Amino acid sequence: MKGNEAIAHAAVRYGVDGYFGYPITPQSEILETLEEIMPWDTTGMVVLQAESEVAAINMVYGGAATGKACMTSSSSPGISLKQEGISYIAAGELPALIINCMRGGPGLGTIQPSQSDYFQATKGGGHGDYHLIVLAPASVQEMADFVGLGFDLAYKYRNPVMMLADGVVGQMMERVKLPAPRPRRTDEEIARECPWAVTGCPESRKPNIMTTLELVPQEMEKHNLHLQEKYSRIEEFEPRWEEHETEDAEYLMVAFGCVARICQKAMEDARAQGIKVGLLRPITLWPFPTEAVKRLSKRMKGILVVELNAGQMIEDVRLSLEEPRSVHHFGRMGGIVMDPDEVLVALKEKFEL
Amino acid sequence: MKEEIIIAGFGGQGVLSMGKILAYAGLMDDLEVTWMPSYGPEQRGGTANVTVIISDKPISSPVLNRYDTAVILNQQSLDKFESKVKPGGTLIYDPYSIHHAPTRTDINIVPVDAMEATFELASAKSYNMVLLGALLKLKPLVSVDAVMRGLKKTLPERHHHLLPVNKDAILRGMQLVK
Repeated sequence: MKGNEAIAHAAVRYGVDGYFGYPITPQSEILETLEEIMPWDTTGMVVLQAESEVAAINMVYGGAATGKACMTSSSSPGISLKQEGISYIAAGELPALIINCMRGGPGLGTIQPSQSDYFQATKGGGHGDYHLIVLAPASVQEMADFVGLGFDLAYKYRNPVMMLADGVVGQMMERVKLPAPRPRRTDEEIARECPWAVTGCPESRKPNIMTTLELVPQEMEKHNLHLQEKYSRIEEFEPRWEEHETEDAEYLMVAFGCVARICQKAMEDARAQGIKVGLLRPITLWPFPTEAVKRLSKRMKGILVVELNAGQMIEDVRLSLEEPRSVHHFGRMGGIVMDPDEVLVALKEKFEL
Repeated sequence: MKEEIIIAGFGGQGVLSMGKILAYAGLMDDLEVTWMPSYGPEQRGGTANVTVIISDKPISSPVLNRYDTAVILNQQSLDKFESKVKPGGTLIYDPYSIHHAPTRTDINIVPVDAMEATFELASAKSYNMVLLGALLKLKPLVSVDAVMRGLKKTLPERHHHLLPVNKDAILRGMQLVK
């Protein structure tokens, strides 16, 4: 099945309570598949096509405040519209899953694949000092798996999670094993696991209030410090990455999402020509696998960062280095996807191989 | 075993479906597959293409620039993909919609009169299945049985009465290749 369809099936199987979306290529199959499955008849999951992206993200905000597992999905221009709501969800420390199936920008851009929202996803996007946990799937299998992983992390840290996918993994089909179905959380489970949730207050406890407004600066700073403490815990425990053939590598490619797959093929071709190159694929883009890059970079002659943008993740790669290294970028933009041959040519050119 | 295939033609000719059925057949035979379409407004005309990879090992890149086999259904696609077939590879095309035949000498070029054959069949919509039959005769990547099981899976149940029509088209396509 397609990556987008896998997300829809995985969401129902995870026991998601609400999906709120608005169609936009190349991710409309998420909403379409959910409407085809009609989970409201089986698990009771709400699937709603909102009147706009802004409405959809605020429905997620409201639903998440009650402890329910809520998600939304869109593509680049739609995700820009959602940024205000995302900042509020991060400020309110609410668990939620936001999927961005990236397309070429800026502006309304193109419907073809891109990775040009890396900065937006990992460095903020909306206003304020906040971070999303950002997962980058590279296969249809991961599109399915990261729904569950995303919600697990979101609830563990009370933090919104973004799955930063792209038009390639959204539209391609390959073999996928869907997770086992589990029931939606009951009201009792939510009351137990989410003592902060706004669920209707019995007289026995103080009311829970969900607000992101705090006019006393001392209190607001305290909240910010608390958020930063949480982010440093996430940075310590949650970086995820995958390495391919790095043991004997002299050169390292760093790529995420679909581009990592393209680089893997380029790596196979390069190795057939005797070029010792390895691949590091960040799975979490925030927290970035800084330590892995630092460790590997020490024994590399050079690093090539390959992205479908003008050079965004390369900044995090450079910040991870302890000693100066030759770091180059190869990218295509605006909906053009490089092929493995282009990556191999770039590798040879940049390092004069 | 690994076969990297491009299928290309006009939107509406059944290019994406043909790739999908081939990919599902691969799954039925327990192989690894990827199916990567050109997506967008192609369904309403314009050129459409799909890259299908079938392999007995995990597949790295779903995006390619060189192919073992190309199935070409119109002139624009021939112009675009003839040069992208690997030396020694196979190019299948339907002369019906081709004005300038392929010229390369280092690949196996196989014209298949699929459109002509479709006129004699029960359904004009089975055009893509005739070509699939021709492809499978040249490259027995998956069994006809697996294709039929794949079709059953991809075709909505209300269309299952069309399965025999499709099977006839596949077998007809196989006959077209000597």
